[in-house]
Amino acid sequence: MPVLELTRSPGRLTFRFSRLAVSGVLHPRLILVWLGLAAVTFLVFCLAVGFGSGDHTIAPPGVVAALWGTGDTADLFVVRELRLPRAVTALLAGAAFGLAGAIFQAVARNPLASPDMLGITQGAGVAVAAGVVLGLGSGLGTQVLGLGGAVTAGLLIYLLAWNRGTTGYRIVLVGVGIGWMCSSLTFYLVSRAELYQAHQVVGWLVGSLNDRGWAHAHPLALALAVLLPAALLLGRPQRALQLGDETAGALGVRVHRARVAQLLCGAALAAFATAATGPILFVALAAPQIARRLARTGAPPVTAAALTGAAIVLAADLIGQRLLADLIVPVGVVTGVLGAPFLLWQLARTQGSVARE
Amino acid sequence: MASHKATASRRAAPAVTPRPRRRFPLVGVAACALAVLCLLSLMLGSRAIPVDQVVRALLDPDHPGLDAQVEAIVRGTRFTRTLVAVLAGAALGLAGAVMQSLTRNPLADPGLLGVSAGAAFGTVVAVGALGVATLRISLWFAFAGAALAGVTVYLLGSRGRAGATPVKLALAGVATTALLDSLTSGFALTDPEALDRYRYWSSGSVTGHETGTLLEILPFLAAGTILALSTAGALNGMALGDDAAIALGHRLAWVRIRVALAVTLLTGAAVAVTGPIVFVGLVVPHLVRMAVGPDHRRLLTGSLLVAPCLLLAADILGRIVARPAEIDVSLVCALLGAPFFIALVRRRRLAEL
Repeated sequence: MPVLELTRSPGRLTFRFSRLAVSGVLHPRLILVWLGLAAVTFLVFCLAVGFGSGDHTIAPPGVVAALWGTGDTADLFVVRELRLPRAVTALLAGAAFGLAGAIFQAVARNPLASPDMLGITQGAGVAVAAGVVLGLGSGLGTQVLGLGGAVTAGLLIYLLAWNRGTTGYRIVLVGVGIGWMCSSLTFYLVSRAELYQAHQVVGWLVGSLNDRGWAHAHPLALALAVLLPAALLLGRPQRALQLGDETAGALGVRVHRARVAQLLCGAALAAFATAATGPILFVALAAPQIARRLARTGAPPVTAAALTGAAIVLAADLIGQRLLADLIVPVGVVTGVLGAPFLLWQLARTQGSVARE
Repeated sequence: MASHKATASRRAAPAVTPRPRRRFPLVGVAACALAVLCLLSLMLGSRAIPVDQVVRALLDPDHPGLDAQVEAIVRGTRFTRTLVAVLAGAALGLAGAVMQSLTRNPLADPGLLGVSAGAAFGTVVAVGALGVATLRISLWFAFAGAALAGVTVYLLGSRGRAGATPVKLALAGVATTALLDSLTSGFALTDPEALDRYRYWSSGSVTGHETGTLLEILPFLAAGTILALSTAGALNGMALGDDAAIALGHRLAWVRIRVALAVTLLTGAAVAVTGPIVFVGLVVPHLVRMAVGPDHRRLLTGSLLVAPCLLLAADILGRIVARPAEIDVSLVCALLGAPFFIALVRRRRLAEL
């Protein structure tokens, strides 16, 4: 009897040790996609640190050296003090948005579901607008306000969607309703504010990495450290859930509990990311779909979506910093503009799939 | 098949033909309510004006006993404001009703499905980027934006096997609205002056207009209304299913084009004046359907009359709860409409249309 037994089938590799009680399934394509995405994300990260706003540019090898703690003192200063906090915040926020989007899309089984469409982001927006315009809890800063608003909105959506049990479908629609209500409240507050306050609120609402430092990166890193493993663990029943509630229940999944846990995890991720950067639109929408296309899986792959999200936010922020000579375009505007071709791409796929059916 | 059998058995046993239900006289009630609300809208506000002075200011402005200030308030601001609310309300309610019927989606609304955001984006592009100052030209941008957004949302929402389900259309609408909003605020952020103008308009309000602007949108509203009402028979046929509608002699593509055109004209014209107002087009058709049943001839005329009542009531409410300040009509509509939407969603089975 061999020590290691391998079985190959299309798209997967099953292994089983004869002595150890260890066995599993590997997806070679998924692993390749992870490695590729990790490499791309790291490259974009180095570019973002090396070519961020300012005159001092550093080639990627110099960035790696500076991150390691060696190299030019000027490089060290620019990398560590000026650009690293922003880039790390971008990386973490992008990863959190990508993860949250993957979870929401899997639960709702709809490629257009994402926390920035389902009221959570809008809840954060109302809290920040109320803080800035009305001065409610203004000492807390946008970060705490945003987090509080997002969590409140998430809980409200969940409670309202509860009617002798709940479905992903109803959570999505209640979220849409809450989102509309919150965004019109925000619009109202903005229209009543002084112009400088309006500018501050709209500047936050559009999603920006300007003036983001370690104070923003740390809470986000802590949240990811807890929620990323949680998302991976909670995602285990997802393959069964994709088959539909009845089938999943028959396969032994506690459908309701699994779904609620996933949604809470996704909402928390979105809340922390939004609190740090403001809503960066379309990352949570696009990243999981891109990752899914690359990995050719049914549901969006969670880790790959996080890596894709990080790469998108880093790249978009770099574009925003370098696009105009005298102005740093907020990252949310860049992703918003990139969102248009994404929606068109989805449309084009619609035509294709309709033609095939 | 089942329906054929049902009709056959009904014919065989004439005794079970249902007794004609006494219909709620909706048109009469709504017309009376509208008249009362119009009068209230002229009377109430940060300065309340008694009814006799309102009537005098409207009918006999040269009367010596009339305060000039009262005349200015009634004829200058409140009259136009009331007219804007009535026209915009009628347009949004009718657009919502035909959208719900065409998409067989109880959650359809020009605001929810992105059509308003499209019109808003078109207007902002015209005013902000191209420097168009007159409504006559920016209106066409609003129409183009509304049509483009509506088609995008419908195509996005009907992807996949099950077709355009409520949840898919709602998500497509939100995604499109988010995209258009982020582009619009991107525009506005680069130019503080544009932000200042945009934020008032984008909050959705019926104030600050002149009667002249209304005359410019009136032909489009009239055309849209006639077009929408003309589809009532075809929508009745389509409610039985596409096959039945074809068998009844309706050309589906032609009906869809007419409805889409009507929605574009009604929403584009309303939004170009008031800014986006959400939920009116959602709530009204449901209320009307409860009162008069599913016949589209009654449903559409009822929506046309009830929606202005709702918008006027919301506007009046916004004026009196925070006196002397005012709350925008769109916020009142959202605060009243969102709970309605959620209650609709919470029902165990979303009613199929």
